[in-house]
Amino acid sequence: MSYFVDKKGYYGEFGGAFIPEMLYPNVKELEDNYLKIMQEPSFQKEFQELLKEYVGRPTPLYFAKRLSEKYQTKIYLKREDLCHTGAHKINNTIGQILVAKKLGKTRVIAETGAGQHGVATATVCALMGIECVVYMGEIDIARQAPNVARMKMLGAKVVPALSGSRTLKDATNEAIRDWINNPVNTHYIIGSVVGPHPYPDMVARFQSVISEEIKKQLKVHENRENPDYVIACVGGGSNAAGAFYHYLDEEKVNLIAVEAAGLGIHSGESAATSILGKEGVIHGSKTLLMQSEDGQITEPYSISAGLDYPGIGPLHAHLYRSKRAEFISITDAEAMTAGLELCKLEGIIPAIESAHALAVFNMKKFKESDVVVLNLSGRGDKDLDTYVKYFKL
Amino acid sequence: MNRINQKLKENKKLLSIYFTAGFPKINDTVSIIENLEKSGVDFIEIGLPFSDPLADGPTIQASSTKALDNGMTSEVLFNQLKDIRKTVTIPLIIMGYFNPMMQFGIENFCKKCAEIGIDGLIIPDLPVDVYNDNYKAVFEKYGLINVFLITPQTSLERIQFIDKISDGFIYMVSSASVTGSQNAFGKTQDDYFKRIADLNLKSPQIVGFGISNAETFKQATKYAKGAIIGSAFVKYLAENGTANINKFVSGIRD
Ligand SMILES: Cc1ncc(COP(=O)(O)O)c(C=O)c1O
Repeated sequence: MSYFVDKKGYYGEFGGAFIPEMLYPNVKELEDNYLKIMQEPSFQKEFQELLKEYVGRPTPLYFAKRLSEKYQTKIYLKREDLCHTGAHKINNTIGQILVAKKLGKTRVIAETGAGQHGVATATVCALMGIECVVYMGEIDIARQAPNVARMKMLGAKVVPALSGSRTLKDATNEAIRDWINNPVNTHYIIGSVVGPHPYPDMVARFQSVISEEIKKQLKVHENRENPDYVIACVGGGSNAAGAFYHYLDEEKVNLIAVEAAGLGIHSGESAATSILGKEGVIHGSKTLLMQSEDGQITEPYSISAGLDYPGIGPLHAHLYRSKRAEFISITDAEAMTAGLELCKLEGIIPAIESAHALAVFNMKKFKESDVVVLNLSGRGDKDLDTYVKYFKL
Repeated sequence: MNRINQKLKENKKLLSIYFTAGFPKINDTVSIIENLEKSGVDFIEIGLPFSDPLADGPTIQASSTKALDNGMTSEVLFNQLKDIRKTVTIPLIIMGYFNPMMQFGIENFCKKCAEIGIDGLIIPDLPVDVYNDNYKAVFEKYGLINVFLITPQTSLERIQFIDKISDGFIYMVSSASVTGSQNAFGKTQDDYFKRIADLNLKSPQIVGFGISNAETFKQATKYAKGAIIGSAFVKYLAENGTANINKFVSGIRD
């Protein structure tokens, strides 16, 4: 079985490009060019240089001694939280801004939920001197004020999405509408491994630097490239795609994808897409998504704004269906506790998204000899408010 | 012969109207259709509302949200339409996004359409190749025409391909834009309308998006076979309710 995208843009039965004809030329232009561009030596040179000098890569693979002692297994943290702007999101935006430049685009649009991808996009647009418009749900704008301010400081225009439920999925709709209205000069930087082909594959390739580095670093630490487990949280699925990428075909490496259960899987307030979702089409991709019986897309819930997307990328739908990855869902309470525990044991304040992945250690018993790599996708600065309120600090 | 193809043979410029089913009120569907036919409209697009209509502008988005709040579903719509062919003879097309149809089951959906007397479907987010590979046979089994779109950005090669595989008409999107009304078309659109007309395609073209009044209808149908009004009519319904639909329609063609 292949876990990589096929010629038609599918992962098994998932993926494709379910887009209106208005977007066909834009998406086709990207599809015809993304691999060519990514293989150009001049692209690779600039991309690698920026990852090193600007983003701060490689990020450390840190052996978490006290956490390992507590859970009686060997835990390594891949420190994506140390990337410039505080999360893995910038690996993708650096790559896509260079693609946009090669395609001669003069304007960039993006969607954002928590604001992390919006900030990462605004950052690379500032770096390249390109006009940047970020769509963000009206409700999220109110919830994530510091990131809205950061985007504005970086020179981006933040446009509220006023339709539907006024959160991430609606911001994505607005970005797609903008692209329909501006088909020639604009590139749409999608923030995760979602959307029509070739986005899931392109974003996964840009994030694959994560597992590329893990392999090299683990070799130094453990004299082996392959861990027994890789754990990552899944919103749309980009940090997980990056952490899994070079292990997809190594069937001995167990992959664990962690979704947000919100207040509980069956509470009606959840974002556990793989368990609650059914096959359908969202934002141009055939995948698993949360929806009503009539096929209306429903609003997910999680305490972590980065995980409350009603779909998952088609790669992850395929990993779920084929059982290549194990899917575990973690409630708000479990994640918050695990997040605080990392602060106390390792002196690292994780993003609440990443805290969901950390909570797996309380759900699943690993062997003492297991080598477990956990992708710490982001830092918790953006979540201080939520932590403070939750723990009444 | 499918009612759409029969209608396309008539020697006049055709006027089609789009409305969102379940808006303004859940049970307005049948009376809107009947009144549109009485007012002289040539065919109708019945919009099946979707939570995430990504090719639509604010007017149709808002009507969709309202219609869903009112309780509209595929099931409800089919029930409302079950006796529609007792009173209405003009072609009826359902326009909607792919996901609700998928959940209903594509074959089931087509079967229901055929039972009711729906003539065709417009599904903006069902790509041509996916339709051809997976659904064409089912549509044909139930005698349904699937209408494809072209836009000012569509390449010549692709227009010719779409023309070749089209039955009925080609839905010609007036500008690079989501749905919504414009007050007038400029030279860019006129050039585009003429460019397409000069291709002498086998499928007649019906222009949609941005047509709102007599002026834009006339411009759009200078070369094309007809035009579709959507947002402007939905806006009219929002402001005036379902009374005096004939007033809106008669304003378009004189
Ligand atoms: C720190 C962090 N981790 C994870 C995610 C979830 O996104 P993805 O699943 O694409 O990695 C986000 C999204 O905002 C994030 O900010």
